Amino acid sequence: MPEVNRPMTDNASRDLFPGALEMMILESLRRQPAHGYALVQHIQQRSNNLLQVEEGSLYPALQRLLKAKLVKAEWGVSTTNRRVRTYQITASGLRHLEQQISSFERMFEGIALVLNPGKSPAN
Amino acid sequence: MNWLPQIFRRRKLYDDLSEEIRLHIEERVEQLIREGMSPKEAAQVARRAFGNRTLLEERSREVWQWPTLESMCADVRFAWRQLRRSPGFTVAAIVTLALAIGANAVVFSVMNAFILRPLNVPDPESLYALQHGDAASGYLSYPNYLDLRDRNRSFTDLAAYNAVMAGIDSGDKPSIEWGEDTSGNYLDALGIQPFLGRFFHASDEHGPNSAPYIVLSYSFWHTHFQDDRSVVGRVVRLNGHPFTVIGVGPPQFHGTLLFFNPAFFVPMVERPLLAGADLNARGEDTVFETLGHLKPGVTQEQAVADLNSIGAGLQKVYPKDVSKLTFVLRRPSLYGDYLGRPVRAFMAGLMLLTGLILLAACANLGSLFAARAADRSREVALRLALGSSRKRILRGLFTEAILISLAGGGVGLLGSVALLRALSAWQPIPSFPIHLEVNPDAKVYAVAVLLALASGLLFGAVPVRQVLRTNPYEVVKAGNGASAGKRLGARDVLLVVQIAICAVLVTSSLVAVRGLMRSLHAHFGFDIENIMLAETDLSAAGYKDDRAPAMQKRMIEAMRALPGVESVGLADALPLSVNGDFDQPVFADQVSDLRTSNAAGDVRTYDVSPEYFHASGTALLSGRMFTAQDDKSSPRVAIVNQEFARKLFGSATAAIGGMYKLKDGARIQVVGIAEDGKYSSLTEDPMPTMFFPILQTPSTSTILIVRMRSSAGEASYNLAASMRNALKDLDAGLPVTIETRDKPLDSTLFGPRIATIALGVLGMMGAMLSITGIFGMAAYSVSKRLKELGIRVALGAQRKQVLQAALGRPLRLLAIGSAAGLILGLLATRVLAFIVYQATPRDPLVLAGVLIAMALLGLVATWIPARRALLVNPIILLRED
Repeated sequence: MPEVNRPMTDNASRDLFPGALEMMILESLRRQPAHGYALVQHIQQRSNNLLQVEEGSLYPALQRLLKAKLVKAEWGVSTTNRRVRTYQITASGLRHLEQQISSFERMFEGIALVLNPGKSPAN
Repeated sequence: MNWLPQIFRRRKLYDDLSEEIRLHIEERVEQLIREGMSPKEAAQVARRAFGNRTLLEERSREVWQWPTLESMCADVRFAWRQLRRSPGFTVAAIVTLALAIGANAVVFSVMNAFILRPLNVPDPESLYALQHGDAASGYLSYPNYLDLRDRNRSFTDLAAYNAVMAGIDSGDKPSIEWGEDTSGNYLDALGIQPFLGRFFHASDEHGPNSAPYIVLSYSFWHTHFQDDRSVVGRVVRLNGHPFTVIGVGPPQFHGTLLFFNPAFFVPMVERPLLAGADLNARGEDTVFETLGHLKPGVTQEQAVADLNSIGAGLQKVYPKDVSKLTFVLRRPSLYGDYLGRPVRAFMAGLMLLTGLILLAACANLGSLFAARAADRSREVALRLALGSSRKRILRGLFTEAILISLAGGGVGLLGSVALLRALSAWQPIPSFPIHLEVNPDAKVYAVAVLLALASGLLFGAVPVRQVLRTNPYEVVKAGNGASAGKRLGARDVLLVVQIAICAVLVTSSLVAVRGLMRSLHAHFGFDIENIMLAETDLSAAGYKDDRAPAMQKRMIEAMRALPGVESVGLADALPLSVNGDFDQPVFADQVSDLRTSNAAGDVRTYDVSPEYFHASGTALLSGRMFTAQDDKSSPRVAIVNQEFARKLFGSATAAIGGMYKLKDGARIQVVGIAEDGKYSSLTEDPMPTMFFPILQTPSTSTILIVRMRSSAGEASYNLAASMRNALKDLDAGLPVTIETRDKPLDSTLFGPRIATIALGVLGMMGAMLSITGIFGMAAYSVSKRLKELGIRVALGAQRKQVLQAALGRPLRLLAIGSAAGLILGLLATRVLAFIVYQATPRDPLVLAGVLIAMALLGLVATWIPARRALLVNPIILLRED
């Protein structure tokens, strides 16, 4: 095959749909800036450990967000006196997040309709 | 895209990432230990929770990598593999492009050297030469030059020069060399610094023959004095007169005339001594060109107005000698418009033709690429079906095109550099120092690479539409080639255009070659066969005044005594040779006010011996020959040509016995009429010409015309040697050039020959391109329809029908293209007629030649595909599917 076999970088984890991890990271950062470790903790706690995210898979996603200038990073010292790289959401990150959420909601609505034809999610 | 800083930032990004991940795992481990695990266990669990660190780190880094660059490398590698898989196609494409790019590089390089590149002197931008407002020449008399130099307010300094031929004797072997006699300020005005010694200056001049100094050009010093630095201060003899060598010019300085490579520079005040000029005569053109730097802030218009007002003043004061004197400013390098205009026109024409070649090559490659893309339509469809983007596939095709164009451009450039090197060293005219500095510079390389890239994009773009239109489902379903037939439209047009361009080139090269061939066998008013020349200047060996005619008589007798010699003529100059153009005004007998504006015209003048006409084969139409009695003691007589007779007297019969006047008032009687001939170029209109008996107007310039008996046989082979020996016996110190009569013609034929060679080469390239173009088309058409042809054969089709089906289309296109090209070519050759003598398109041989050439091209190009079509084996073909 002529196509170079490139890793499917768009998919952070096979268990999540494309962009889901980024969306969750952005949502977490919207609440408060955090470093990588804290982000993982936060996402796992918030999902009641339902989402088993490989801790490391966070980092490619963070790099993508950094490159797209949706978040920015800064080295600093945490409250527990550790050297940490803290991420913060940017203005364009906020806009992006809102778009993502609304399109996610539409998709979820659609999926729900297909899975539960009797119920209307609007009710 | 801010990729540039990103490359430098990347190191830091990666370091940050590694550090961050390390800290992450560390924090996790600490947390686990706090929760009660052993450190070893904690480290294990933390690593497992994190996942494959190496892989994740790599993926994180990939985010920052430059996708274009990396996939471009992949594209190049892939394209390279694809091209290697079809070496025939690749080599054909590279060779095609190499030829086209090479031709363009050569032509551009020559144009660059002749027209674009300024003269190699300081501040060439402000350096201008004076050209007459009403003629493309710059001749001035020395007094007029002095007045212009002293009275103008526009130039920092006005310098002047003329070319002079002189015998140089530095002790061992005397030789005749071309040099420049210049105004004293010439080298200073140009801002040239000596390589050795010093230059002469304006302050060295104190009237005629007051500055016997000579400056050698670097190349002459290098070849004749073997870089001997002690040459400065030495005395050499120029035409027998002592001149002191005071310096050597810098290596890159060859005077201000582009093609001329003078051996030496002497002050113009020495011209009377070397060339017998009268510097005080206001009516005598002694200055060849006048030039200088414009003062800062002075515009060309202001300078011209300034010069014109001086010219008008001179005309008022010296009405007898100065006719209308107006000026325009031109570049000195090509002697203003005189050489500038034809050279520019020729180069522009040549550039246009090579541009056409490149275009034809692009059309050629474009259709090859389109055919290739069509052949690969299945692969393309498969890739599309598997999710590759069209953009990506096109990028692959373009990468192939660019690879080929760069390879072709590189090969072409290498070839052109070799060719240009050879051209720079070329001495096309034996007796005249030509300097063609056409080595390529950075500009040439840049143009070649740009052209290569542009053509790559051009022919790479041909299959774009095809790929964009590909419907993977249809192609995969239908199998190979089912949909090929209808897409041939664009390629048809390309092929016709290409063939038409090539036919134009073939036509014009045939016209040029034919014109040159005919011009070589035409009658110029003298014979070329069976004639040897011995050329010298008696003043180079110190013969002057009365001694010169006596010596000439002895030389003639010596030649006549040689075996096999039929007759021996003598002249001071020859038609169609470098130094054979001395014109002077003549006046009708009744004119008494002999100012130039009253002249009946300028007339070419030759001083000849009685036997000249017989020896050179110029027919005397009526009247009598000169005799030995036509000397200084008898009334002056002339033999004139038909054009002269017609112009001054109305007819040949009226001219015999008629009288006319020269500028100095001398009355001349016409005693004979000679046939018209060609005098300075083969393409000129008939020019009035007169011959004087050399005994009445003696000259030291001596050319012996030795006619051999056509039955002489053996003796003629040794004639050159025996002539040399006989002349050596007369005077060993006389520098003599012995050559056949056609040698001096080299200079006249230089332009036509160059034009013919250039057109011939372009015509050949055009022919090759049409062969590959038609071949590609025919081969493709056959291979596409192989199955169909197989079925036809199986159903009983005859060979003729098979051929018709397979090759009908390419051959029809060939016919259309050739017809269009022939018509265009015939129109284009009207332009050629200005350069090449007797280049007429209305020549049945040319027409037939073009038709035969194109038919042959078609035959050659379709031979292999035709054989393939005829050898179709239906059984094998049908078994394949």
